Formats: sequence, structure tokens, C-alpha cells
Amino acid sequence: MSEEIKNNGVLVEVKDLKVHFPIFRGLIRKKKVGDVKAVDGVDFQILTGETLGLVGESGCGKTTTGRAILQLDRPTGGQVFFEDTEISSLEEGELRPLRRRMSMIFQDPFGSLDPRMTAGDIIGEPLVIHNICSSKAEYRDQVEELLLIVGLDPIMADRYPHEFSGGQRQRIGVARALSVRPSFIVCDEPISALDVSIQAQIINLLEDLQEEFNLTYLFIAHDLSVVRHISDRIAVMYLGDIVEIATRRDLYRNPLHPYTRALLSAIPIPDPVVEAEREHIIIQGEVPSPFNPPSGCKFHPRCINARPSCSQEIPRLQKIEGQEHWVSCEDYLRAG
Amino acid sequence: MKPLLEVKNLHTHFLTDDGLVKAVGGISYDLHEGETLGLVGESGCGKSVSALSILRLIPNPPGKVVEGEVFFEGRDLMKVSEDEIREVRGNKIAMIFQEPMTSLNPVLTIGYQIAEPLTLHKGLSKEESWKEAGELLTKVQIPEAAARLRAYPHLFSGGMRQRVMIAMGLGCNPKLIIADEPTTALDVTIQAQLLELMKGLTRDFGTALIIITHNLGVVARYADRVNVMYAGRIVEKGSAKEIYGDPRHPYTIGLMASVPRLDMDVKKKLIPIEGQPPDLLHIPAGCAFRPRCNYAVEKCQEVIPELTTLADKHEVACWVDVRRN
Ligand SMILES: Nc1ncnc2c1ncn2[C@@H]1O[C@H](COP(=O)(O)OP(=O)(O)OP(=O)(O)O)[C@@H](O)[C@H]1O
Ligand SMILES: Nc1ncnc2c1ncn2[C@@H]1O[C@H](COP(=O)(O)OP(=O)(O)OP(=O)(O)O)[C@@H](O)[C@H]1O
Ligand SMILES: [Mg+2]
Ligand SMILES: [Mg+2]
Repeated sequence: MSEEIKNNGVLVEVKDLKVHFPIFRGLIRKKKVGDVKAVDGVDFQILTGETLGLVGESGCGKTTTGRAILQLDRPTGGQVFFEDTEISSLEEGELRPLRRRMSMIFQDPFGSLDPRMTAGDIIGEPLVIHNICSSKAEYRDQVEELLLIVGLDPIMADRYPHEFSGGQRQRIGVARALSVRPSFIVCDEPISALDVSIQAQIINLLEDLQEEFNLTYLFIAHDLSVVRHISDRIAVMYLGDIVEIATRRDLYRNPLHPYTRALLSAIPIPDPVVEAEREHIIIQGEVPSPFNPPSGCKFHPRCINARPSCSQEIPRLQKIEGQEHWVSCEDYLRAG
Repeated sequence: MKPLLEVKNLHTHFLTDDGLVKAVGGISYDLHEGETLGLVGESGCGKSVSALSILRLIPNPPGKVVEGEVFFEGRDLMKVSEDEIREVRGNKIAMIFQEPMTSLNPVLTIGYQIAEPLTLHKGLSKEESWKEAGELLTKVQIPEAAARLRAYPHLFSGGMRQRVMIAMGLGCNPKLIIADEPTTALDVTIQAQLLELMKGLTRDFGTALIIITHNLGVVARYADRVNVMYAGRIVEKGSAKEIYGDPRHPYTIGLMASVPRLDMDVKKKLIPIEGQPPDLLHIPAGCAFRPRCNYAVEKCQEVIPELTTLADKHEVACWVDVRRN
């Protein structure tokens, strides 16, 4: 696999996307006291056939970004384009045919499957919803084929979720996501809940399926080593903003945002010799609440390079000349 | 020098409705002062049970340590009185669990929960113990510590609660800290903060540390020595350098090949370990890893391999010399 950027055109484009959730206080007379700015104006593109990785700490808005692209959470502001259609302004009815082209794989293989449905029905449900099969026999054939594609035995179609292991349940989730023959899948931490030895099975499955069906992925995870492994490009999120986007190689070789550097440094490499020589940047403090984020650059209270102006100026994501690399750090851009 | 902790042939079983679960099936290891031991293995392989057994915290019924000795500072913890083991738990060995909320009492202030054991075990007055509690919170880097003492646990984030647990553990200057997946539920930057904090204690005070985790990276960064567990037994142990540089058990080799590395520039396919981790109710005869093993020979099906020493404390439990294959 080459390091070049796949360039078959843009499949998904997000412009100044905002998703704000209102916060209410009071039990009887509910009063709106503000907004959680879960996604606070992000811009990026996902190219056809590529995997864009999305990393960042808990609560930074990764899932919400994925859901907003699929229009599962409708954006508060900004636009989402799928191919050339602006889907963020479509009504539910107009969206329906497009919904077949996009799907999602969830983090929790235990919670995300309906315990009262058989594996076959879980996988086949989207086929019914979208009226894809013309007969019972065709439905059965498709479910059987989907089970085979994800490496499960078709006789397992009649079993219930509790009869499967975590890895097998995640395969069911993958089969369900594939059932509508989508071109784009949001993979939301699909392996975080699995055992180490099983994680590789699912990563390989996702990679094989991408190749076979020319899928485009938005791959969400905490773990940068997994994200770097599977992604062509990576976007780093912090408190509702994207702070850096780069190719997998540049992000590791030449990280520009202090937060990216700290994140990379926080991930240990399974090799004691390498670890003994690595620099460990430990950033202090915790991620502030998105309800009341810091002024200026939201990262400034934890940033080791922060200057006084960082608490006032809001940095914008800017392209580095001549590179497929964007960063949102005034300090870097001024110095750079 | 005598080791601080010597675990000898420890067996812990659970009698459940479905049958006998041999959660720990005979493990032995030593740990010296100031050393950090990484205990790795997949979910259900007996890591937590082996640690809880040391402190006699296995619920009975259904569980029981059925065999083995655990020498700590010369005494066999399996034989000491209830009072003595309680003294060890409060004073000498601190255990930090994965989910700090379940180990903190929600209706008591943070300060009370840190100070109370200090009055019990160190005989401090109330005032002294609260002062020390404040100092401990500062030590674990909780800002405005003195003011936070009066807060209740639910006001703290997961990372802060885990700091409180560490502060409680440190209260009595323990000789050994057992951290059972202390950071798994936390964000990576917070994980790094807490692990650095604990590692600092081993450097500054010679505290020994056992880190239980499934994260091979964490072990590589922090552990001096490593025990790899599979289905209730240690299948390989040695210095971190040996285990990572020259793994000899097919399971260890499989684990290493199945995790992506951050520093891997070229996209290389991961090699998963096929199949599932075993169900401890039905551990296969012979070597428990055999059904998933690429190197297995006939003997593996019949006789359980014991740990044998390769070189300089590097031990492996396998019938096959993987270098010849
Ligand atoms: N339906 C909702 N109503 C109110 N707030 C929400 C809602 N969904 C998400 N949020 C808030 O929006 C922020 C971003 O949440 P999101 O789930 O997108 O984060 P994330 O990056 O996926 O985190 P994690 O890594 O924990 O999954 C969080 O503060 C969360 O509490
Ligand atoms: N109270 C109990 N009753 C019955 N079986 C138990 C009990 N506690 C643990 N076990 C069993 O003992 C085995 C070992 O469990 P243990 O918690 O030590 O695994 P672990 O290696 O710590 O896994 P994880 O990584 O998921 O924490 C498991 O098969 C588990 O089901
Ligand atoms: Mg999420
Ligand atoms: Mg455990």
C-alpha cells in the first residue's frame, strides 16, 4: 500500500459543521441555560476509497461528527455534502435513498445489537427497511452471503446475540452495516471493546472489505496506533474543533500542533528499547468541559507552548504551503 | 537480596453453577523492591483473580485459593490471621482497581476516606490525618487539594477519582502497589499522567509495582519484568527486553504480531491470533493455547508444558522451540 493520497475525488465534504446540544436546568420549568458545542465549526473532506482517521479524547465530538455526517444528528450549522449533494438541508424523505449509501458500525458490540432479534434478522433488517429484496429467498440468500463475507458460518443466522463472543458480535455489526451496500461507513471505535487478539481480526476484516467493495471509511478511535495503522489521513479533534489534519506519515513524523504531539507521546510503543529512548511529553490537567470551553485557543490552558495571545485569538485551521497538512495553532503559524 | 513478594504455585478456583472455574492454575513469580512487573493477557485469563488472591480478597463462596503460598516480607499471607492480612492491606500493599467509583464510598467526603485509614493504621489524630490527606492529594497532582477534601466523589472526574485511589494507597507508604487496569477507562493523556505518577513512586520510594493490563505498550514503557498469562497460567516470563526482543511462546509471539505499532511507517497487515480465548470452565487438555497455536505438535495435546528456564530468568512453557520453525 502506498503512502500517496488516494485521489479519486471527494466523497464527503464538511463545511463549518456545527452541532450544539441545548442544556436545560430545572425539573418542572425547564430553562435553557446554554449549549454544549459538541462540534464547533469543522471543515474537512473525505476522499473516495480512503480512510480518514478521527482521534481525540473522550467527549471531544468524534461520534457527534460521524452522526452529523450521516444526518443522524442534524447539524446546528454548516453543511455536509455527500458526492455533490448537500444532504444537511434535505428533508427526511429526500434523504431516504441516500441513507442506503452510508452506514455506521458502533463501538459496543454488546449494547448495539437488539438481544431479541436473531443475528440473521439484525443483519437483514436494513434490507427490509429499504425494500431491497423482492422475495424471501433473495433475503435469505443475501443474509447468508453477508455472514460469509464477515467470516461467520451461515448456520449462525438463527442464533441470538448472547450466543456470540464479542468479536463475533462485532462481525454481525459489520455485516449489518454492509447489508445496504454502502459506499461510506462511519466506524465508531469498532474495536475498543474487544480483546487484543480479536482486535486484529476485525481490523483486517475492515481492511479487506474496503478493498473488495471500494469503501470509504471515517474511522473513529482513541488509540492513535490503531488509527495510524488503518488510516490514510488523520484528523485530530479537541473540544469540538479539528486542530490538525495530515497524512498518516506526516502526522507521526512531523506533528505540528502541541496537542497532537502530546497525544502521540502518550501512546506507548510495544517495544521497551524504543520506549527507553522516546521523549515523553506529559500534558497536565484534564480536558475542560465543552459546556464552558476556554477562550481563544481551547487548548491553551494545557499547552506547553502557550503565549498570552493564545487565550484571546481563536486559531483557524490553515493549510501548510505545498503540503496536505492543516494545523490550527497561531503560535506555530506565526513562527513557521 | 530476598524478594519482597514470592508467589509459589498459586491455585484459585471458583465453584459456579456451571462447574469448576480454574481461574488461576498454578502460578509462581518473585518481585523485588522497586521493581515494576507487568501482568499481561486477555480478558478472563486470571490476572485480577491472581492479584486478589494475594490479598485474600477472593469472595468465598464461590471462590477459594486451593493451593499455594504467597510470601511477603517473609510471611505466608495465605496463613496469617485475619487481623494480620487486614494490616497488610491497609499498610503494606495498596490495590488500585479499574473502576474507582465502586471503590469509593459516594456518601463520604474524599477527605474522610483518605484520612480515616491514616488514623486507624498510623494512629494519627483527626487533625493530623486531614492535613496529611491534603498533602497526599497534592502529591497526586490534584489542584487546590485542601479545598477538594470536603468534596464528594461524584464531583470528581474518572481521572481524579483514580488519583484519589492512588492517594489512599500511598497514605501508608506501601511497599507494593497492585494497579489492576488502573487507567483503561481513562483518556490517553490522563493514562500517561497516572502511570508516570506511579512509576515516579517506584523511583522515589522504592515501592514495587504490579501493573495489570492488556496493553502491551504500557508494559513496554513501564515494566522491568513481564508475566504473560493465558488461561490461568503464566506461559512466559522474563525481563521486558527479553519478552519483547526475543519472545518464545507462540502466544506471546502472536500478541506482538497482532497489535499495530505507532512507529510503523509502512502499512503492514496485522496477524491476528485465530479463534477465541478459552472458556476457563472447559480448559483444553494439555497446553491450553494449543487450539489456536500454529506450532502445535502432538505432545501439546496431552501434557501441560511447565515453565522452563531459557537464559537469565527468561522462562517459557512450551514444548516447541519456536526458533526452529
Ligand atoms: N444528545 C446529546 N445531548 C447532549 N449532549 C450531548 C449529546 N450527544 C453528545 N453530547 C455531548 O457532546 C460532546 C461530544 O460528545 P461525543 O459523543 O461526540 O464525543 P466523543 O468524542 O465521541 O467521545 P467518546 O470518545 O467518549 O465517545 C460531549 O460533551 C457529550 O456529552
Ligand atoms: N466471583 C466469581 N465467580 C465465578 N467466576 C469468577 C469470579 N471472578 C472471576 N471469575 C472467573 O475467573 C476467571 C478469571 O477472571 P479474572 O477477573 O481474573 O480475569 P482477568 O484476566 O482479570 O480479565 P479482565 O482482563 O477482563 O479483567 C474468569 O473466567 C472469570 O469468569
Ligand atoms: Mg464517541
Ligand atoms: Mg481483570
